[in-house]
Amino acid sequence: MSKIIASAAISGAHKLVRNAEEMLTKAITGKGEAYQFEFTDTAFYLPMIYAMTGFPVKTLGDMKIALQMAKEMLHELPEEHLWKPYLGEALDSGMASLFAEEIWLACRYILGMEPDSDPETGYVYNGFITDTIQRNLGIQLVDGTMPGFAAIIGAAPDDDTAVKIVRELQEKNILIFLSGNVNGNSVTKQLLRKDVELGWDTRIVPLGPETEHTLYALDWAIRASLIFGGKKPGDYAGHLKYQKDRVFAFAMVLGPLDEIIWTTGAGAINMGFPAVADSEIPVIHPTGVCIYEEVDKELDHSKIVQKVIEVRGLKITVEKPPIPVAYGPAFEGERIRKEDMFIEFGGQRTPAFEWVRMRELEDIEDGKVTIIGADWQARYEKGGSMPLGFVVDVAGRKMQKDFESVIERKTHHNINEGQGLWHMGQRDLNWIRISKAAQQAGVTLEHLGHIMTTMTRHRFQSIVDKVQVTMYVDEKDVLEIQDQARAAYKERDQRLGSLTDESVDTFYSCLLCQSFAPSHVCIITPERLGLCGAYNWLDGKAAYEIDPTGGNQPVQKGGVLDTRYGRYTGVDDYLKKSTGGQVETLNLYTIMENPMTSCGCFECIVAIVPEANGVMIVQRGHQGMTPAGMKFSTLAGSVGGGAQTPGFMGIGRNFIASKKFLAGDGGIKRIVWMTKNLKESLRDVFNQRAAEAGEPDLLDKIADESVAEDSEKLLEFLSQAGHPALSMDPMI
Amino acid sequence: MEKKIRKSASDAAQKIIEWGEAEGLQTCFDRAQKLKPCPIGETGACCKNCHMGPCRLVGADAEEKARGICGATLPTVAARNMVRMIAAGTSAHSDHARDMAFTLLAVAEGEAKDFQIKDVRKLYKVAGILGIEFGNGRPVNDVARDVAKMLLDDFGRQKGFINYLNRAPGKTQERWKKWGIIPRSIDREVVETLHRTNVGVDHDPDHLLLGGLRCALADGWAGSMISTDITDILFGTPKPVKSEASLGIFKEDEVNLVVHGHEPTLAETIVDVVGEPEMIAYAKSKGAKGINLGGMCCTANEVLMRHGIPTAGGFTNQELGIMTGLVDAISVDVQCIMPAIAEMASKFHTKVITTSPKAMMKGAVHIEYDEHKSKEIARKIVKLAIDNYPNRKAKGSHITDKFPVIAGFSDEYIQYMQGGRWRGSYRPLNDAIMAGRVRGVVGLAGCDNPRVPSTGLHRYLAMELIRNDVLIVSTGCGSAACGTAGYLTPEMALENAGPGLREVCEAIGIPPILHLGACVDNSRILTIASAMAAEGGLSDEIGGMPAVGIAPEWMSEKAIAIGCYFAASGVPVIFGGESPVGASKEVTKIMTEVWFERFKGSLHFEPDPEKILALALQYIDSARGALKLRKYEPGRFGTERVLMDMAARREIERAGGKPHIGI
Repeated sequence: MSKIIASAAISGAHKLVRNAEEMLTKAITGKGEAYQFEFTDTAFYLPMIYAMTGFPVKTLGDMKIALQMAKEMLHELPEEHLWKPYLGEALDSGMASLFAEEIWLACRYILGMEPDSDPETGYVYNGFITDTIQRNLGIQLVDGTMPGFAAIIGAAPDDDTAVKIVRELQEKNILIFLSGNVNGNSVTKQLLRKDVELGWDTRIVPLGPETEHTLYALDWAIRASLIFGGKKPGDYAGHLKYQKDRVFAFAMVLGPLDEIIWTTGAGAINMGFPAVADSEIPVIHPTGVCIYEEVDKELDHSKIVQKVIEVRGLKITVEKPPIPVAYGPAFEGERIRKEDMFIEFGGQRTPAFEWVRMRELEDIEDGKVTIIGADWQARYEKGGSMPLGFVVDVAGRKMQKDFESVIERKTHHNINEGQGLWHMGQRDLNWIRISKAAQQAGVTLEHLGHIMTTMTRHRFQSIVDKVQVTMYVDEKDVLEIQDQARAAYKERDQRLGSLTDESVDTFYSCLLCQSFAPSHVCIITPERLGLCGAYNWLDGKAAYEIDPTGGNQPVQKGGVLDTRYGRYTGVDDYLKKSTGGQVETLNLYTIMENPMTSCGCFECIVAIVPEANGVMIVQRGHQGMTPAGMKFSTLAGSVGGGAQTPGFMGIGRNFIASKKFLAGDGGIKRIVWMTKNLKESLRDVFNQRAAEAGEPDLLDKIADESVAEDSEKLLEFLSQAGHPALSMDPMI
Repeated sequence: MEKKIRKSASDAAQKIIEWGEAEGLQTCFDRAQKLKPCPIGETGACCKNCHMGPCRLVGADAEEKARGICGATLPTVAARNMVRMIAAGTSAHSDHARDMAFTLLAVAEGEAKDFQIKDVRKLYKVAGILGIEFGNGRPVNDVARDVAKMLLDDFGRQKGFINYLNRAPGKTQERWKKWGIIPRSIDREVVETLHRTNVGVDHDPDHLLLGGLRCALADGWAGSMISTDITDILFGTPKPVKSEASLGIFKEDEVNLVVHGHEPTLAETIVDVVGEPEMIAYAKSKGAKGINLGGMCCTANEVLMRHGIPTAGGFTNQELGIMTGLVDAISVDVQCIMPAIAEMASKFHTKVITTSPKAMMKGAVHIEYDEHKSKEIARKIVKLAIDNYPNRKAKGSHITDKFPVIAGFSDEYIQYMQGGRWRGSYRPLNDAIMAGRVRGVVGLAGCDNPRVPSTGLHRYLAMELIRNDVLIVSTGCGSAACGTAGYLTPEMALENAGPGLREVCEAIGIPPILHLGACVDNSRILTIASAMAAEGGLSDEIGGMPAVGIAPEWMSEKAIAIGCYFAASGVPVIFGGESPVGASKEVTKIMTEVWFERFKGSLHFEPDPEKILALALQYIDSARGALKLRKYEPGRFGTERVLMDMAARREIERAGGKPHIGI
């Protein structure tokens, strides 16, 4: 019964607080109270303590203060008979445990004990999860490709069961964190023994070998409300409600439970995250702290995944093509090394291309997959490499020529999500590999076609009524049809080039992030893609056709209020309504006045550098200092959460080379600093844009981290290089 | 030989009663047998508001045809009698509240040095409600002074509204506004109510009763609420404590001192003083092993909730306590003090000490209380008890039965217990009601009464309600009745609660009956109901909640005031016993059907406990139906899952901040 759980949670908290105190004393003895600490790449100090109390722990001395807060949440154990109420006390104890674990882990970092590693295999656990990873996951958190988060604690009864559970979660697109152990055995070790690829790419993230390491997952979760939710540090009620309503995390406990698991679980229950165990445990069914049950059990391992998903209230719809291997975004990140490869197509090794073309309904037989080429079966079975012309014909009453590229771009995900299938590139620069394991599991060439027909129909349901795939494997055919495809690509590019903000009368909104960032709205125009980089205007248009009530809505431009700054009556009206008045007006082409808001998963941040009369751009993941005096993680803190912050803006990478980039402020000539990474990845398009703007050498005049990480050095560099921004009108 | 009549449902009480009968001692139980209620007055048909009467409005067709000398009809007379009770009840709670407010002021101004502001957090909460500045270095006593002064305005304000008006849900306020019953101030409403019932003033029964409701609201949302708040500020907001109940709490070898009545200030000081080493040494010097403090009636509830002082029980136990022969002194103040105790005490060694300047009694020692020298007076009382210990005689019905209790549930703790410091709220309770785990909530309150087997109706209803998955909150002598029955334990839920309620109690670790405090603490139920409305998922006002108030053994006019403020706030209320307006169909209809239509609350009188139960469940189930909640079925509950896909998650904000609940 619940009293057993409460007692364990309360006594576990006492133990964890003692452990944290010992570890902290050790750290202070070695380093002194003034010793400064921050977890790798986070702007949020010790995130749990910071979010709950608003207290930024910066030093070991601060940790002492924070630990005192944990101590104040400790309680006496309920008595055997005539007990006093214990639920509130148990939940407080759970929070005390999270504080204690956070301090314990921070001290372990200081003492060089984290991230932990496995002495037998040398496997290094992930440890603390950075802000960058959190933001990288951005779009997946909201578009349904990562609908939930599982923290698996302990070890399955055997290796095969561990693999089975993890695969099932992967197929349901759930991100998996692993921690804890049962007598030294753990799911991490079980998966390692079974050669399951671990890491962010496969969505299986081992955090550490102890239950306490689960805190890293909770620290990751709590940053969602700080980053995307715009909740202020110390607004604990706001944070916890956000976590309960929007962060669909849950715990699965495999093996027996000890008081450390119970008390950590009580901490998680504060956040609305329930736990399901695979053993005979007492349960807590009444709801209200969690949305559904707080603690439940499922002894049947074949049902436990379904059970946790129900207990957390998750709806997962997964479309699986008829192929003999697992399928889902979790398999997208798998690598296929050369020695594991069975066969490959393209990749400069053989001629290959992929091409989606629109046809009339009557010209297509839905679901048909044809392979054209002499003796293709025998050639496939031999393995190695083959040419591949991959032609996908689609038809539908609502299909438009413009959507060809949108559908074609999905080929990458469609193929890649198959376990043992790998894809990269696009158009006539594509590259596909099939692993030996996949081939042994029965994957044939036809399956690539079936994946395309199934997934295209699924993803573009109301646009596409029929899909058929034709694969050419004779080099002669491939080369011949490739020419036709190239002509189509060219035509598309020309059409795309002619698409300007002026040439259309409708923009699209993107509200996908509202599941996490409820007050942010993206306005996507032909010349400004979404700040996450994942959605452009055509995507928005297609998405609206697919689901007229979905996350992308048409926004009538209306009348122009300000040509230079890009302000439209229709956009303002739309924003006023969709943000409940929080955003009154938006200027699309300036950073200085009513700029676009951000959800938090922007690819880059543009920030004003007043001394240089220009702006700097830093991309997510860059860990160095910037001339704005802040690292990306700190800068990001002042941009997200749906608020307009003049001088700061989140953008998608490709917007930098758009004609509309800060057009009202002077365009790309305002860029005075940009990371090397951005410079390199955008070089060609950027130079083209610069030439059009009359500054063909602009890229060389822009500083990067190799010459300046502060404004003084930046100014020095700019004046030497003769950067145009210095002589432009003042920005402010 | 005639069949023995059971006079109290409590075995301990019954034993003493029987012993007393054998000893020829007369108690309220005997008097209740001998003295039948006057059938005319009992049903509200007697008017003695002027000296042309008393007029008896009786006979066939009395409703239509009977007239008093002045021409008053039966409905007028019944309504007038009713609202006079409201005014009297309101004056009692509120005069108690006034004393509390003056004490707070004296403490803030440094004049009552024996007290401190014990619960600064609660002070700030009240200051926040009143819009008084606090924190940022402002001295606590300054805040307390402003709070006291502002609350004192609630007594004598001539125009405007009571301070706490906005604590009620908006919709509830709208109803009051529509029917013109927002109280201006306590004293003004009491005076006006009494004025209206004077001969030749207000004769329209509906209008009279609306005036009565306004007066009652001044009791609930001003007087009582002020008293609860200030008591929490001065002595601490209650949280659960473990203690004991029943007449067996007295100790053979210790000085037994009983605090009885309603105002907590002196009792709090006595709690402090009995722990003083000098006092204990003094007791030992008189041959006692120590000092055993016990409570009775609502003073008992106050010190039980905050200090775990055991309670000897409610109203009808006061004579019985003395009859144990173990009570060395009983200190009383105001309300529900039977004059019979002085007479009873004279047959034992017990000293009765009156302490209120408002209330004296022949045969008692008077030691007048003054909050400015509280400890001095408290020590005097304790010494008097100690001095009397050697006078104790063997005579008495020494009783050892007692029951453990868990008591001390404030609104603040109830929120805490449902989610702790970080997640405390009414969400789990609202969820549990929505899911059908908890069928509804009943406030089981009011007096205990010697006209029925005393505390027996409380016991019957408490047991039946929890079996039916109804969560009970209890106050006043309702709490004492449940406590002395052994019902206020967490084990009670495991053994007797319905399966849904049991799950909830088990999850939290609570008894199925939550002891909320004294009768003045019925105001806590108003606060709780308002918070449940604000939490969402049930009714968005107090009216329409699957909640009922029951006072099965009421006898005090205070109970009538309480019943009426609940009715006006939107709670259907059922009182036991014969109806004091039973003579008039019209008045009965106004107080049930008409009030329900206007306020979603009502006041019924129903002597049959089985019918009380049925009516309460019917109210609860029909409220569930109106709210479109899952139909209650015992043992079948649970949240219907609404699994969230991405589109649903984007809609959370647009749902208007409504709780994310899976129903």
